[in-house]
Amino acid sequence: MTAQAVLFYVFGILAVVGALGMLLNFRNIVASAMSLVVTMVALGAVYVTLEAYLVAAIQIMVYGGAIVVLFLFVVMLLNLSIDELPPGGQRFIKFAVGLGGLLILVRVLRAILGDPSAFAAPETLPDGYGGYAQLGVALYTDYVLLVEIASLLLLAAIVGALILAKRKIG
Amino acid sequence: MVPIQHVIALSVILFGLGVIGVAMRRNIIVILMSIELMLNAANLAFVGFNRMWPVSDGAPALDGQVFVLIVITVAASEVAVGLGILLSMFRNRDSVNVEEVNLLKW
Repeated sequence: MTAQAVLFYVFGILAVVGALGMLLNFRNIVASAMSLVVTMVALGAVYVTLEAYLVAAIQIMVYGGAIVVLFLFVVMLLNLSIDELPPGGQRFIKFAVGLGGLLILVRVLRAILGDPSAFAAPETLPDGYGGYAQLGVALYTDYVLLVEIASLLLLAAIVGALILAKRKIG
Repeated sequence: MVPIQHVIALSVILFGLGVIGVAMRRNIIVILMSIELMLNAANLAFVGFNRMWPVSDGAPALDGQVFVLIVITVAASEVAVGLGILLSMFRNRDSVNVEEVNLLKW
């Protein structure tokens, strides 16, 4: 087991623990958001073990540093320290559906975790794989249209969020 | 590198937890966070598969990672708009319980 594999499992388990901490926090929304930050940063570390360095940096910066912060802004703005009631009768139906979904997942997982030698990842990577230089070249040559469309999407999202969150005047 | 099955298994687990979060919780902020978790699971699958096939026709292929960047962009804009909707909802009915938004229910 190389160090890369050990770190993948460690951070993978940490990501799952963070996700569970986000789901099972019925009293405190801020604690859920903090668990989500743990998941995001753990996934960033998983990307590093998969040698996707720029994506890992952007994941930690954008997800952990902007998106969850946006959630916390809204929680603080609306002063949402409301706690949810513990699951009642109707909740149990939905929880059972969720649990059924998880059992289906386990079945799928047992099918996936089959023979590990069937798919072998290449051990030698091209030089500079996952670094910013190659990713930048790909973004500016092959995927330049995608970048432009993404900028339009961000513009639409900014305008939409402004209009939705604006207070009515008069 | 870890076998690809384990990468996909982790992605599936995180996606399933996201789905359970959307189905189980009534607080709309936690539902939005579960949607983010699902998007992250998809990103992990992209990065894992890109690591499996890093070259195409002799040249390095980073298509999966470009996709991940675009998915992160889409997720960020979706969160912004979703939280704007949440603000409007909270201003109109003073609650973020998603079960109270049922005017269109038959």
